[in-house]
Amino acid sequence: MSIMSYNGSAIIAMTGKNCVAVASDLRFGIQAQTVAMDFQKIFEMGPRLYIGLPGLATDVQTVSQRLKFRVNLYELRENRRIKPKTLMSVVSNLLYERRFGPYFVEPVIAGLEPGTDKPFIASLDLIGCPMETEDFVVSGTCSEQMYGMCESLWEPDLSPEDLFETISQALLNAVDRDAVSGWGAVVHIIEKDKVTTKTLRARMD
Amino acid sequence: MECLIGIQGEDFVLVASDMVSARSIVTMKRDQDKMFKLSDKLLMLVSGESGDTVQFAEYISKNIQLYKMRNGYGLSPSAAANFTRRNLADYLRSNTPYSVNMLIAGHDDTEGPSLFYMDYLASLVKIPFAVHGYGSFFTLSVMDRYYKEGMTKEEAVKLLHQCVDEINKRFFVNLPAFKVRVVSKDGVEDLPDIKPTPAS
Repeated sequence: MSIMSYNGSAIIAMTGKNCVAVASDLRFGIQAQTVAMDFQKIFEMGPRLYIGLPGLATDVQTVSQRLKFRVNLYELRENRRIKPKTLMSVVSNLLYERRFGPYFVEPVIAGLEPGTDKPFIASLDLIGCPMETEDFVVSGTCSEQMYGMCESLWEPDLSPEDLFETISQALLNAVDRDAVSGWGAVVHIIEKDKVTTKTLRARMD
Repeated sequence: MECLIGIQGEDFVLVASDMVSARSIVTMKRDQDKMFKLSDKLLMLVSGESGDTVQFAEYISKNIQLYKMRNGYGLSPSAAANFTRRNLADYLRSNTPYSVNMLIAGHDDTEGPSLFYMDYLASLVKIPFAVHGYGSFFTLSVMDRYYKEGMTKEEAVKLLHQCVDEINKRFFVNLPAFKVRVVSKDGVEDLPDIKPTPAS
């Protein structure tokens, strides 16, 4: 019984032309049993900044709450919105503080840099090692499947509409090869003037 | 081997818990009440490590009553559920974690009826119907088939009976009696217990 696959989850973040997208499945299950099909795993940390948290469900909820607390204090002290790269460092610090008793989440960050609106994506492991990439990041129980889908479907400078199709197909087909993820999916497409959220019609099995 | 069931209806939540209290292979008590009143319109059903269940439930219940005394108004169902989750999550990584699964059923004028499922690791979800224990493997599919949004009390009780019948038919541990209550805008109401059927 692996702790990281006790609940099951799948998250992808991808960059496009002046936009980013982040998508997750919606299953909340306990090993083989599915309990809920509307479990939130992507959380808003700023108007154009989102964090996806796959892993143990209790830690998904605890980390998102503790992180929101830290980000709120940061914004009150600095009197401005937090930048994506700074959020990555805050998450890294939060996770490494628990180095020898970690939170069982491997977060994924997606957002636009305030001011320049440059796309930003990053992922971290459960003890806070950060990794920033240009193309896509994946995390969850079907990460190998998601890597395969993203590597073959992604190309640079996708428009928001094309990026939506690409990230949706990458996620849907990856979770269909994993028993503990799926049961619905949600996608957020983040552009400089708006964020569009869509729920995908997925295989409910 | 304990079973907790919750079903959300149009403006109420129907909850049921089995009444067996057992240690190892012995049934010690057959009329145990596993529900705790958190407030006038909030009910918590608990199962798990014996002792932890009652200790944690009473701790939460009294803190929720204290909030009302201090502030003059009570916690809403989602606030109470999240308060409970925060406590359980904080204890999880301490030296004294509580091993308690629970269902929190409540009614609020603003939120309407709500049913929350929380496992012993403190994962919290709001769902229309929920079951804890081995009974869930037999009953969740029955509920998937027959549950409808906005059911009346009669329809919900009928669905509950279907679930208990399935448990008594296919689960090899005997759980004959279930305590049944309804949480609605009028508070917590006791419904007749589901009793074992006499041998024919």
